[in-house]
Amino acid sequence: MSKTIQLLTARCGKIRPDSVADYIANGGFSALKKAMSMAPMEIINEIIDAKLLGRGGASYPAGKKWKQLYEIEGDPKYIVCNADEGEPGTFKDKVLLEKDPLSIIEGMAIAGYVFNSHDGYIYIRGEYREIQKLFQAAIDNAVKANYLGDNIMGSYFSFRVHIVSGAGAYICGENSGLLNSIEAKTGRPRVKPPHLAEVGLYSQPTLVNNVESFASVPQIINMGGKAFQELGVEDSGGTKLICLSGNVNRRGTFEVPIGGVTLRDIIFDPEFGGGIPDGKELKCYHLGGQSGPIGFPEQLDTRYDHTSLKKQGLSIGSGAVVVLDDTVCIIDYLKKVSEFFIHESCGKCVPCREGNRQMYMILHKFATGLATEKDFERLERLSFTMATASSCGLGQSASTALDSCLKHRREEFQAHINGICPVCLNSRKYGDQYAY
Amino acid sequence: MATETLSRERVLEIIEECGGDKEHLLSILIEIQRECRRNYINEASAKVVAEKLDIPLVQLYDILTFYAMLETKPRGRYIIEVCNNAPCYISKSHVMAKFLRKELGINFGETTPDGMFSLQYMPCVGACNIGPVIKIGDKVYGNLNEDRIRKILKELRENAQ
Repeated sequence: MSKTIQLLTARCGKIRPDSVADYIANGGFSALKKAMSMAPMEIINEIIDAKLLGRGGASYPAGKKWKQLYEIEGDPKYIVCNADEGEPGTFKDKVLLEKDPLSIIEGMAIAGYVFNSHDGYIYIRGEYREIQKLFQAAIDNAVKANYLGDNIMGSYFSFRVHIVSGAGAYICGENSGLLNSIEAKTGRPRVKPPHLAEVGLYSQPTLVNNVESFASVPQIINMGGKAFQELGVEDSGGTKLICLSGNVNRRGTFEVPIGGVTLRDIIFDPEFGGGIPDGKELKCYHLGGQSGPIGFPEQLDTRYDHTSLKKQGLSIGSGAVVVLDDTVCIIDYLKKVSEFFIHESCGKCVPCREGNRQMYMILHKFATGLATEKDFERLERLSFTMATASSCGLGQSASTALDSCLKHRREEFQAHINGICPVCLNSRKYGDQYAY
Repeated sequence: MATETLSRERVLEIIEECGGDKEHLLSILIEIQRECRRNYINEASAKVVAEKLDIPLVQLYDILTFYAMLETKPRGRYIIEVCNNAPCYISKSHVMAKFLRKELGINFGETTPDGMFSLQYMPCVGACNIGPVIKIGDKVYGNLNEDRIRKILKELRENAQ
């Protein structure tokens, strides 16, 4: 029996992405019709029953978010879709944007109906220029067919979707940074509270959800919240798109029911990764993007759902799974991760701006054999400071990967102090070309 | 067709084409940059945008220097961007980077003397399933090896003539 499932990806590759006719022929816009015959609170209850956890990375319950916004007074309210997919190793939103854009539009329109909102924004990263054009075509066609725009399907409900382009800033994936970017400011995150549900876009109450979350909404309305939840596990319903990359035989995007597979399945099952190429051994795997934790072979039998992973100190995050074989040195890899955060830190708060630089330098000491026992303490303290004192999720999670390595592979750090790491002695021939 | 500098009229046209309001500022700037032969936004164009959209020039400069895709100094005709994030790194992107440096004779952040190519790093473009990748303009090239890179460079040189 197949371990994958086609729910969000059912139409992907089978229809012309911007064609409303193809979309409707495959069950599209039925959820919007159904939703418009329901009361807003009924819809929110379905989403709560569905146990949909936000798919962007933070896994915040979507139903709770919607309910909070519903209870806040204010007009207008804005709907914003976060399509600034910048997390390295993540390319699931790209699949949905590219192959089934109308499902995202439908999800946003349902949200628009719930909150009586008239304007929705989708923030698509600047690197996806071709996708922006395709998405605009999909919007135009939906407007022509009256599933978007003024008086949708002859009702009093009007909803427009605007595309806003990013321009290469990872930090704009942080929701408040993203809103600043739409407002033609630099994308530095805001100080919270107030939360975006209260003071969001143009200081109005705002809903910000990820692409995959919005694409799940029509499914929930169609099949009912309970049925959607039952696809997954008790406290986390539905399916998840996982993005497999790195040292595996088959790289790509797969849709799985949450809790339906283990990490071992994802990496070794021929239906997914199909094992490590060139007869190498698995060293570790990085889950949920650069800001996620690193897992090791002894944790492979963990089920891929939020609770089981959390017990192991792991998380789903954005759905990325980057697999590393035994030719990769942990310290070298962590330096790469740290380099990324140095580049992407917006510079607003000190723990993140300076902390990442210091982290890189200490790791560099390990890599060059200059580290001492005291550097363990320095790293741990630095990591704690960054996680607790940074202003937004970027700084708070920048040391997650380091923490899991320090916890499970302290001996590799120790080996570097003693100057006997066989892996990086081999790779050093490439030279240290990225040193800051 | 890309030109050396954009006229005021053309900048105003681009602003209109992109929606003409503040929300589309980043698309406007990206389009201006694409039309400029040297792939950057000069002060004259920035002033037109600031004036038309009623944004203080200093705020616009903040934006131009904040976003990685925008540049305020002239670059090459083609910008070769190499992904240096972790998923590509373990697919040996650093070997490709080294080869590109050798092939073009320039370092990262530099432009070839003929103004043809600039070399720079970029963050992940969501093409990790075909890593290591480089991006030139809007096009992403994946599953690279040395032969493929040589071929791509040759094609671009021929195109430019």
